[in-house]
Amino acid sequence: MSSGGAMEGQSVEELLAKAERDEAEKLQRITVHKELELEFDLGNLLASDRNPPTGLRRAGPTPEAELQALARDNTQLLINQLWQLPTERVEEALVARLPEPTTRLPREKPVPRPRPLTRWQQFARLKGIRPKKKTNLVWDEVSGQWRRRWGYQRARDDTKEWLIEVPGGADPSEDQFAKRIQAKKERVAKNELNRLRNLARAHKMQLPSAAGMHPTGHQSKEELGRAMQVAKVSTASVGRFQERLPKEKAPRGSGKKRKFQPLFGDFAAEKKSQLELLRVMKSKKPQLDVTRATNKQMREEDQEEAAKRRKMSQKGKRKGGRQGPGGKRKGVPPSQGGKRKAGLGSKMNSGPLPLGGKRKGGQHHGGKRRK
Amino acid sequence: MLIKGGNANSMVTQVLKDVYALKKPYGVLYKKKNITRPFEDQTSLEFFSKKSDCSLFMFGSHNKKRPNNLVIGRMYDYHVLDMIELGIEKFVSLKDIKNSKCPEGTKPMLIFAGDDFDVTEDYRRLKSLLIDFFRGPTVPNIRLAGLEYVLHFTALNGKIYFRSYKLLLKKSGCRTPRIELEEMGPSLDLVLRRTHLASDDLYKLSMKMPKALKPKKKKNVSHDTFGTTYGRIHMQKQDLSKLQTRKMKGLKKRPAERITEDQEKKSKRIKKN
Repeated sequence: MSSGGAMEGQSVEELLAKAERDEAEKLQRITVHKELELEFDLGNLLASDRNPPTGLRRAGPTPEAELQALARDNTQLLINQLWQLPTERVEEALVARLPEPTTRLPREKPVPRPRPLTRWQQFARLKGIRPKKKTNLVWDEVSGQWRRRWGYQRARDDTKEWLIEVPGGADPSEDQFAKRIQAKKERVAKNELNRLRNLARAHKMQLPSAAGMHPTGHQSKEELGRAMQVAKVSTASVGRFQERLPKEKAPRGSGKKRKFQPLFGDFAAEKKSQLELLRVMKSKKPQLDVTRATNKQMREEDQEEAAKRRKMSQKGKRKGGRQGPGGKRKGVPPSQGGKRKAGLGSKMNSGPLPLGGKRKGGQHHGGKRRK
Repeated sequence: MLIKGGNANSMVTQVLKDVYALKKPYGVLYKKKNITRPFEDQTSLEFFSKKSDCSLFMFGSHNKKRPNNLVIGRMYDYHVLDMIELGIEKFVSLKDIKNSKCPEGTKPMLIFAGDDFDVTEDYRRLKSLLIDFFRGPTVPNIRLAGLEYVLHFTALNGKIYFRSYKLLLKKSGCRTPRIELEEMGPSLDLVLRRTHLASDDLYKLSMKMPKALKPKKKKNVSHDTFGTTYGRIHMQKQDLSKLQTRKMKGLKKRPAERITEDQEKKSKRIKKN
């Protein structure tokens, strides 16, 4: 018995040894010997080999074959690691679940800043209210089943009741169902408004101007003032002909904002403007802005004409219109001829633009100074 | 984004086209030449990145002083973070290697070989930049049969050899297949030229992770230098009289003995009082 046992033991040992040898052979095909272990980052499918590339140094100018061999070894090790990950079957394909990438890489965009708390969150924090854990489903007596607490087909939906008693003090001909539906619509609208306001606060966006303009009865003095200003300006003439109340003061700070150039931007432009300024200051002859001069001239002429007309009409009324419109025509040329320069006479045809280029033109000497 | 400089020659354009092919559909290749110098003036690059919303870029140019130049870089918040200039010494294009290619959009495997990649700061940044550039989108799962190609970077004698191989999975005795490689894609021999690395604090700022993404630290668990994990358990105060010990039947008190003990205890108490 013992000898038989020994023989059996031997054959078992032999079998075991053979199995081990087979395993080793199989593994040999996929094992790679490296002095230093590679570092793996499987989330990025990355492997780093720290071994000094001694084999390659001997290779010479075209180390293609050696590079390929090195790459094959490294890839084999990486694949070995990847095949050890937990796998699952998704639509007939074997899929491995990758871990998180461990290499820290710099971000593309800065970290988003924390959102400001919503109004409810601020209030809850102030009062110390903590969220109560509630169940999702509630027993509904009416339908005899478990229904959601809120949402589609909720448990106690007061708009879906088929019978509503008219409450004691209400008008009997009032539609209670419509009243409930209306109340729900108002609640939904209010909720949406609050949500948008919270969002706008989070993104610091400009709230559209109609946000504070609806009369709620709880508006502060500033809000009312703002609403009034906006209402004044929202006419076809942008508020130019809106009269003010007898003791109302003009609003301050509602003028145009002045825009300034950035402190250091375009150096070339700054240099140019500074040199131009110096040149103008140094020049003996005064500069003449033809556009402004002509506009001023035209305005003065119009004013004089209007004054003349008024005088004529008054005189005419008193003296029975003796001079009449003829006086007007005579009056116009001589009074303006003295003030007009020869160069400006051409303003009717060509306008101030072609003349604008030559500021120191000989036609204007001692002309109108720029104020 | 892949941009051509004012004097890009055919080799550099071909390199950009190949990299674009590797990085489809996440890249944008600009067809026109742009006369800018990344190392002198970064405003045009920042403008491009803002317009196309790309933070990684590659700029190719060629002149007598720097032949076959490739500038690879990345941005943080639309400002240039790192820029590294590489010179292309040898280039074999995708179409010169007559092999079958892998489908576009596959996530490549990246392998860095050579100890140079950890020695100098320049090489370390280059490694991080190459990882950032060539890794695909981060995915939670990957189909094992879909691992098709591998990009291999070797740093040797001051040169960086960039090779790409297609993967062939062969049968081996066990579950993990044996790998055979076939050269597929562009192969480049690169030399490191100038670098423009971000200052330390800008780099730190760009590496900042929001609190939600930081790995959660497990409380009461600590690690030793040797790798042993130590844990701390907090227990409530135990009532040792109610402790469950091993029961040995032989030592169990028999009922007669228990009665006598009780009587003794009672008499002791009476005596004390």
